[in-house]
Amino acid sequence: MAGAAVLGRLTWRLAEVAGVVAQTMRTRTLVLEIDGWSGHRAGQHVDIRLTAEDGYQAERSYSIASGPDDPRLELTVERIDDGEVSPYLVDEVRQGDSFEVRGPIGGYFAWSPDDGGPLLLVAGGSGVVPLRSMLRARPRDVPAKLIYSARTHDDLIYRDELSALGDDVLLTLTREQREGVRAGRVDEDLLRDETFAPDEDPRVFVCGPTSFVESVASALVELGHAPERIRTERFGPTGR
Amino acid sequence: MEELDGNAAAGMLSEVFALELTAARGRCDGCGNIAAVGEARVFVDSPGLVVRCRNCESVLLVLVRGDGRYWLGVQGLTWLELAAT
Amino acid sequence: MSPVSRGFRGRSRSDAPRDRVPPGQYVTDDFPVLSAGPTPHTPLDEWTFTIAGEIDEPRRWTWDELRALPSEQITKDIHCVTKWSKLDSEWEGVSVDTLLDAVDTEAEHVVAFCDGGYTTNLPLDDVTGGKAWVAFAYGGEPLDPEHGGPARLLVPHLYFWKSAKWVRGLTLRVDDEPGFWERYGYHNYGDPWREQRYWGD
Repeated sequence: MAGAAVLGRLTWRLAEVAGVVAQTMRTRTLVLEIDGWSGHRAGQHVDIRLTAEDGYQAERSYSIASGPDDPRLELTVERIDDGEVSPYLVDEVRQGDSFEVRGPIGGYFAWSPDDGGPLLLVAGGSGVVPLRSMLRARPRDVPAKLIYSARTHDDLIYRDELSALGDDVLLTLTREQREGVRAGRVDEDLLRDETFAPDEDPRVFVCGPTSFVESVASALVELGHAPERIRTERFGPTGR
Repeated sequence: MEELDGNAAAGMLSEVFALELTAARGRCDGCGNIAAVGEARVFVDSPGLVVRCRNCESVLLVLVRGDGRYWLGVQGLTWLELAAT
Repeated sequence: MSPVSRGFRGRSRSDAPRDRVPPGQYVTDDFPVLSAGPTPHTPLDEWTFTIAGEIDEPRRWTWDELRALPSEQITKDIHCVTKWSKLDSEWEGVSVDTLLDAVDTEAEHVVAFCDGGYTTNLPLDDVTGGKAWVAFAYGGEPLDPEHGGPARLLVPHLYFWKSAKWVRGLTLRVDDEPGFWERYGYHNYGDPWREQRYWGD
């Protein structure tokens, strides 16, 4: 998009919670109405800011889960045990609540159809959130493959939506054996056998916990993918 | 302590830079490595934003924000390549 | 003014007598981890503490030698420049006075240097006279690496960025030399009671 790199200062806007959608035991999607929202590119995130009654504030970043053409902004939040913000967003926030949001943010881990494909997306845990936005943004004529690694079947977010994509999505579970679902980590063998080859020149996006991102990115480079074609977003040891 | 990457710095950097910085490439003055700011090692749980070279860990950029002022230190970057559009 | 987010409480914050809490601080029971870089891990059999610079003979202690020195239990309030205060935090460490015992020096300043390259500067007066320690235990346990273990400098009367994590020594200096945060915009001295957070305050 022309001018996407030029920002002007981002301002804090008020987001009203139009709805909440339970996803898994640990995750929830917040559907937001934001006055003056200008749209986003898939992969971008927002900063949110919460204010307590005594004026104390906390800020966090969350990847945008909705596609650029979706009517409302969606954030999918994972509850981090003894987190400061995520338990509030997952367990307490209800329809009608509001908080401040700033964005869209990020020019590196972002994709638009103009950037072309094929699209190779590799998600660890809640790293699937920005990649789901990319899948929603891609036209049908852009080949895409999502490799999504989660601990157990119950941890899989957007299950129905992803299963409707058929062979474009490969799930793998690292802590559970389940009939019909692949078990094991995302390693070189999986990436070689199940995804685009380097000579197909895919745009690659890897997102998830830091150790997951590092091992997947290394494996992709080992397989011959050009490092400049691989973009990464690390969510830290446990996600945000 | 969270060690993240340059994507986590984007919001705070947008407070002082008019151009998007995480897609920008920079040269580390310590080791000569050239990489996107989005790939850098970023420490956000800190008295200030600290961006370090992924290759050699030396400090590329520091941004401190306090009571209406910012202090930006970019001594660790030889240059930053910014796209105007 | 930002609108209040209904029901958001945030990290535990408690009330405390005003005379215990410097201006602009919140009191917490947590111990937030803040860091400017990755956590170093120096094996104890390679660890040393050195006093060098404006001194006739540099002094050096191995880990075992440091632990053999007399140590103290210290209970102090600590104040982070990011607005957190923790009251009655419990430490154990060797007083810097012990380490500087009988040192003859023209120095008026020290720079603490650390694994990972962090530095911070202080007046010599502010690390002597019972005001500073090399601390190796917190809350009755060996100091956790993410909180600065095996040992950190402890200087509770100043903002806690002066209590340098992963400390490996002090350089005695005639002239002052700003450390990491002091160069990047924080106050050169850092007195929480005068709210000296930033350069130029």
